[in-house]
Amino acid sequence: MPLLDVNDLTTYFHTRNGVVRAVDGVSFQLEKGETLGIVGESGSGKSVTCMSMLGLIPQPPGRIERGTATFDGTDLLHCSPKELQSIRGRRIAMIFQDPMTSLNPYLRIEDQLIEPLLIHGLADKASAKKQALEMLDAVGIQDAASRIRGYPHEFSGGMRQRVMIAMALITKPDVLIADEPTTALDVTVQAQILELIKKEQQELGTAVILITHDLGVVSGFCDRINVMYGGKIVESGPTKEIFYNPQHPYNRALQNSIPALQAKGKELYTIPGMPPDMSKPSAGCSFAPRCEHATHLCTAEPPELQSLGQAHTTACLRVQRENLKP
Amino acid sequence: MSDAYLQIDNLKTHFPVEKGILFRKVTGTVKAVDGVSLSLAKGEVLGLVGESGCGKSTLGSTVLQLIKPTAGTVTLGDRTLTDLDGKELRSARADFQMIFQDPYASLNPRMTVYSMLAEAIQAHRKTPKAELANAVGALMEKVGLAARFMRKYPHEFSGGQRQRIAIARALAVEPKLIIADEPVSALDVSIQAQILNLLSDLTREMELTMVFISHDLSVVKHISDRIAVMYLGRIVEIGPATKVFEHPQHPYTKALCSAVPMPDPDSESTRKRILLPGDPPSPLNPPSGCTFHPRCPHAEERCQAAWPSFESLNNDTHQAACVRLTELNQ
Repeated sequence: MPLLDVNDLTTYFHTRNGVVRAVDGVSFQLEKGETLGIVGESGSGKSVTCMSMLGLIPQPPGRIERGTATFDGTDLLHCSPKELQSIRGRRIAMIFQDPMTSLNPYLRIEDQLIEPLLIHGLADKASAKKQALEMLDAVGIQDAASRIRGYPHEFSGGMRQRVMIAMALITKPDVLIADEPTTALDVTVQAQILELIKKEQQELGTAVILITHDLGVVSGFCDRINVMYGGKIVESGPTKEIFYNPQHPYNRALQNSIPALQAKGKELYTIPGMPPDMSKPSAGCSFAPRCEHATHLCTAEPPELQSLGQAHTTACLRVQRENLKP
Repeated sequence: MSDAYLQIDNLKTHFPVEKGILFRKVTGTVKAVDGVSLSLAKGEVLGLVGESGCGKSTLGSTVLQLIKPTAGTVTLGDRTLTDLDGKELRSARADFQMIFQDPYASLNPRMTVYSMLAEAIQAHRKTPKAELANAVGALMEKVGLAARFMRKYPHEFSGGQRQRIAIARALAVEPKLIIADEPVSALDVSIQAQILNLLSDLTREMELTMVFISHDLSVVKHISDRIAVMYLGRIVEIGPATKVFEHPQHPYTKALCSAVPMPDPDSESTRKRILLPGDPPSPLNPPSGCTFHPRCPHAEERCQAAWPSFESLNNDTHQAACVRLTELNQ
């Protein structure tokens, strides 16, 4: 049985300008200790998917329309707030993109680090402080004993993200959700932070969900990847399959448009048009208006994720029915 | 180089750090740009890479005289920009323009595309009102926007389209030099490709000389002829784009290249990463000698003594500033 089983998760935002279908029927599983990447452009619903599971969507305007997210026998979407609270931050932890705004500027690092332990009643204050110091040391902050008494503004961006990781992992969670953890950081610091998450993951056996827009980051980090577009998963599979055997036209187009994979000076492939307006539902595939392979079929019927073998699934009617090849 | 179009000589931009409210005292200087020399041929695209705080944006602004340099000269064509003032400088600005990172902040939300572009055209070239609409329309089509959108406001456009407007505005005065400061960093991957293609087409068609500033090495490699790598206010390595990217010589460039995640699982699993310890030091209090030595895996005692001079391994245009250059690259 998977550790986390998300089934048909659907989150809509009911705004004055209509219903925004941010996440529209997303299903995936997460096994114990594995690393899952969720890739997509801004507005594809990758963050909302994870926030919905943890009850972090402001309601209203947001509403979880349907679906289940079963974590170790508990449905996170339908359990009581109390039950959710005992899981969130303790067994499922999250780190956010911007380490500059996610720490409380008024509190010492120490007070913020021990908070998860105290709230979940995992330790008394004295032993919590001891654990906080060990954790801060483990995430590679030098001179942790004196830095722990400092305030967030005394730390650089990379160090703050290390503090965030320490805070998330201090309860030894089963799942760590990292939402663009390195996007605000420089490349050399990004390499440090990714290495750190990997190291801690191996030590604690934590499963990691990594949300990012950067295909480069997931390629070396994740076991499996979900590619999201327009609030849906359009392709899912083992990392190598996603990169070396891309099936969905969006996934293929995305890889053709990254400069890193193309010969220098070569004209980059561009996806025509713009990402879909999520408040206007489309009858068919949401990528159809931008897809060069789209036919009348694609605009009429919504595609479902179907297996192509080797745990590789894709949601493209032409690939499924007509065996469309790049 | 005699055929250089843009010549930068030993450019320095220092910012004083002051303390006190009534009696302000200078307590230190931030050496944002500290002795940069560069020369660009006409039509060349130079990529400038470095981490945040290394001074790459300050260098761009200083070249365009948006910030007055502390020392050094900038020569564009036959004009020394650093000697110009007031009116002369303003008329010279028709030759050089800037494209900024954030198309959400760089466009005035209360002006239509037409009024923004018309203002830029009028600033240096008096154009009769009747011809203005045609000129604006032509400009918009050049950057891939339909001319019928000219009465719209910035909020009606997406990020990629806004960046096109910003590019059109820079091109309105028919400049010869463009400084693009992280023009694609705020955009999604699929939109990024559109803007990169547009920029490389435009530089070719209009024979633009361009300095392309970015922190993303793979983007810079794609668009530039040459790459210059900056660290803490100085250039540490410069050379032809593919050479710098594929065979970096300076220890910092090596670490930077190895840190860039490649969207290729096989090479990613075999590749050895050079992890640098710590963060880039503060430019307020830079280390002595080679400013990279506290993070450098190959630092020796002599690295702390003096800033190394540029050396070339094969006597070509690929140069790096490291005292151990030869022994480290054998």
